[in-house]
Amino acid sequence: MSIDANAVVLERYNAKVFKNRKEHMLKVNPAEDQMIIANTRAIPGIMTNRGCCYAGCKGVVLGPIKDMVLITHGPVGCGFYSWGTRRNKAKAEGDTPNYIQYCFSTDMQEPDIVFGGTKKLKKAIDEIMELMHPKTIMIAATCPVGLIGDDIQAVAAEAEKEYGIRCVAYSCEGYKGVSQSAGHHIANNGLMKRVIGTGSYEPATKYSVNILGEYNIGGDGWEQERILRKIGYEVVSVFTGDGEVERIASSHKANLNLVQCHRSINYIAEMMKTKYGVDWLKVNFIGLEGTIESLRNMAAYFGDPELAQRTEQVIAEELAEVQDQVASYKARLNGKTAALFVGGSRSHHYQGLLQDLGIKTVLAGYEFGHRDDYEGREVIPNIKDDADSKNIEHITVEKDDKKYHAYLTQEQYDKLAAEIPLEKYHGMMRDMDEGTYVVDDLNMYEAEKFMEILKPDMFFSGIKDKYALQKAGTLSRQLHSYDYSGPYAGFKGAAKFGYDLCMGYFTPAWHMVTPPWKNCATLQGTVGE
Amino acid sequence: MLDLTPKTHVNRSGVLINPCKTCQPVGALFAALGVHNCMPYSHGSQGCVSYHRTYLTRHFKEPAIACTSSFTEGACVFGGGPNLRQGVKTVFEVYNPDIIAVHTTCLSETIGDDLKTYIDDMEIPDDKIVVHCNTPSYVGSHVTGFGNMMAGFINYLAVKGKATETVAVFPGFVNPGDIREYKHLVSLMKLKSIMFPDCSNVMDAPMTGEYKMYPEGGTTIDEIRALGSCRKVLALGRLTSEEPAAQLKRRCGVDFTLLPLPMGLADTDAFIMAMANLNGGEIDPLIDEERGRLLDLMLDANPYFYDKKVAIYGDPDTVLGMTRFCLELGMVPKYVLTGTPGETFVKLAKALFKEYGKEDMCQAFAAKDLFDLHQFIKDEPVDLLLGNSHGKQIAKAESIPLVRAGFPVLDRYGHASLPIVGYRGAFQLATKIADALMDEFDRNCADEDMDLIM
Repeated sequence: MSIDANAVVLERYNAKVFKNRKEHMLKVNPAEDQMIIANTRAIPGIMTNRGCCYAGCKGVVLGPIKDMVLITHGPVGCGFYSWGTRRNKAKAEGDTPNYIQYCFSTDMQEPDIVFGGTKKLKKAIDEIMELMHPKTIMIAATCPVGLIGDDIQAVAAEAEKEYGIRCVAYSCEGYKGVSQSAGHHIANNGLMKRVIGTGSYEPATKYSVNILGEYNIGGDGWEQERILRKIGYEVVSVFTGDGEVERIASSHKANLNLVQCHRSINYIAEMMKTKYGVDWLKVNFIGLEGTIESLRNMAAYFGDPELAQRTEQVIAEELAEVQDQVASYKARLNGKTAALFVGGSRSHHYQGLLQDLGIKTVLAGYEFGHRDDYEGREVIPNIKDDADSKNIEHITVEKDDKKYHAYLTQEQYDKLAAEIPLEKYHGMMRDMDEGTYVVDDLNMYEAEKFMEILKPDMFFSGIKDKYALQKAGTLSRQLHSYDYSGPYAGFKGAAKFGYDLCMGYFTPAWHMVTPPWKNCATLQGTVGE
Repeated sequence: MLDLTPKTHVNRSGVLINPCKTCQPVGALFAALGVHNCMPYSHGSQGCVSYHRTYLTRHFKEPAIACTSSFTEGACVFGGGPNLRQGVKTVFEVYNPDIIAVHTTCLSETIGDDLKTYIDDMEIPDDKIVVHCNTPSYVGSHVTGFGNMMAGFINYLAVKGKATETVAVFPGFVNPGDIREYKHLVSLMKLKSIMFPDCSNVMDAPMTGEYKMYPEGGTTIDEIRALGSCRKVLALGRLTSEEPAAQLKRRCGVDFTLLPLPMGLADTDAFIMAMANLNGGEIDPLIDEERGRLLDLMLDANPYFYDKKVAIYGDPDTVLGMTRFCLELGMVPKYVLTGTPGETFVKLAKALFKEYGKEDMCQAFAAKDLFDLHQFIKDEPVDLLLGNSHGKQIAKAESIPLVRAGFPVLDRYGHASLPIVGYRGAFQLATKIADALMDEFDRNCADEDMDLIM
């Protein structure tokens, strides 16, 4: 019988930690209906990779929007660490400014903590208005703000009145929820309540889409947009890579939402369906197979034979451009194994791309995924709210009769829903082979231990793990920020990824780790007289 | 790049834009990484430690370990005592360090968690140690946190005793490469010493094919205990090391000599002289050689340094050290800026300008940011930027060469292992500065003006 790596890893833990962590691990067995525990508190003292609510709200979802000033209200650190450290690319275009290069912090000092920080926040807004005249300001709260009870909503309302701008405040204090995930939800709510549905941009074609949950890391979003435009789609807005407030405000006018990162943005997808009638389709533009399937599903949704033909033509053209490259990388990488530990979607998406390159995934997990990201959305009704998730605002929206527009008839919808993932996500586990491992909220000790047992050839994680794994002799690539590389999305991205893996795996330095003198049985020398 | 920065400078009191400092806890975490078999521990939300580990890893290109109390909303209401107790227990069981170094965050400081009482009341295995320090993020900067963590170790561990021959060296907020350079000089001066903290061989551990959560380097617990019986502390970095040195004096009566970071010629001389006072005045001829080689370079390349305007920014002691060195090279440190608050910095910088007769040409600022610096430069430009990676935007926006030095260097490799202290460190820094200025000239000059010879 083969060993159970999970059992070996769990050996180190005391009863309490064992009981907790055991439920976050499983060995895939497609014959069983397997359940995993996710989105629960990390154990204090465990070296979790997770970040906080602020990181999810400010860093992930709001941070990439380029044409607004995003103020971090708090002591200097939170704003500083989330400044330019995620590789969400953006560029100024025409009249659209780009504030991404700037970090704005109220740098709260002790008196602000004691006497309240709203005065300083107001002053910050005044100064920003004088210096830079943005049309939109958003405010993200850090831990002390909620603790001392600063009314940031009131400050935002006042700023709107005084300056005639849009000003939205987010109470995304770091202690809320159990990971970044809470912050995604809070950011989604704010965008839904205050931005989406307020814009006046009119899409030029009926093949209009939004890309949701695409943060343009390393330029991924741009590569997706390039392909979509080539086929004939109009990308109304991207949430939120290289995003613009004005476009996001008009996103309700698109006919289809494409959901790339399910975890961070599914709330908006659902709410836009209810309120504006925009259907959503789960897509995956990582990997050749994933990209092709997503493009075909989109064509099927719009149901236009010409569009379908154009889709096939673009697929053929794009494939022709990269297939020799990809084949050559595959020839070199075939049969290798990988472990993936990334946020809330990439651990799934990249398995397909790895497969394109002949690499088998032996271990995968999410840092902040929920059960539905592992098991599929069918389990959502069975997920019980706990104390931590109850603290996150859950908003409900209603149909907006004026702005509601359904592209499909109910009949068309029902027929299509059986064929393509309309409002469906089947989760990561179903795409994994029997005997592979799934571990939620993997920590440093577990990563080390799994490496020892499973010996994957490469590990895809973030910067906190990268050098530890590399020191242990394993190729380690950052899938949060792509190590100064990318884009990895689409056809060209797949080739780039293959190139980077070959570069990493076959670099000559790996063969020089052991000094020659450690391989000699005896060193020869002369005996002194 | 930075197209939205207006040229006209206005003083701001509400918003910091593009900061030149970060918060205390990351400094505390870094200090704790310089203790052998130590697990740094952040008492706050888990996001703090995630950011700090990320940040330190990006600077050093090495794993930066640390654990967290993983606060939830409930812990904020009822206090973080249970989280700390469980956290400490888990860390000892799973990661098995000899010592846990706890620092606080703005969260635990705001709710008023009493760490001393928590630690006194908790069960700690017999052979293990837990220490703590307070690092409210809304006071000082990462440099303050570094000093506070040192003082925390001293409070818990240093034992007063009969003075030994050993000299303690407090290195300041510097890189592993700098620590190696200190050790090289201390060993040439034949002093028995304790380096505290010591991130060498931790944050620049060699590649061996094996990952060690606790690498070979770091000050040992016994060495920290023995700080209390050292004959003297050489506290390097006036603004970083004074507080921990004063704490050791208060606690154990050990005297200290406060010195600038030994950067450039004169400040390295001061370090050597301070050591000569302790070793009976014996100077190894190698020190004369290293000093002489630096001086030789300074004279050789003098025409290329002379009168060049430089903006120097970053952590206070590092900036002061580089400022003096630039003055020694004949450069004009036109803007000298730190984000860390404290008027002492400004006074010390102005004293340097005066010493070199350049008080009319140079300005010093504390508690300012890189947006300020950019506006100053837009108003009156400089020939060179000298500081951390965050200046790269200004460098690109204004087409000014940037020499990276200090903390953090996120976007280049190898820097943490190369010293900028000591004569050899100064030699390297001067070489980089000259290269940057001369490369810039070569890139921009007319073909007929580019010379092969100097």
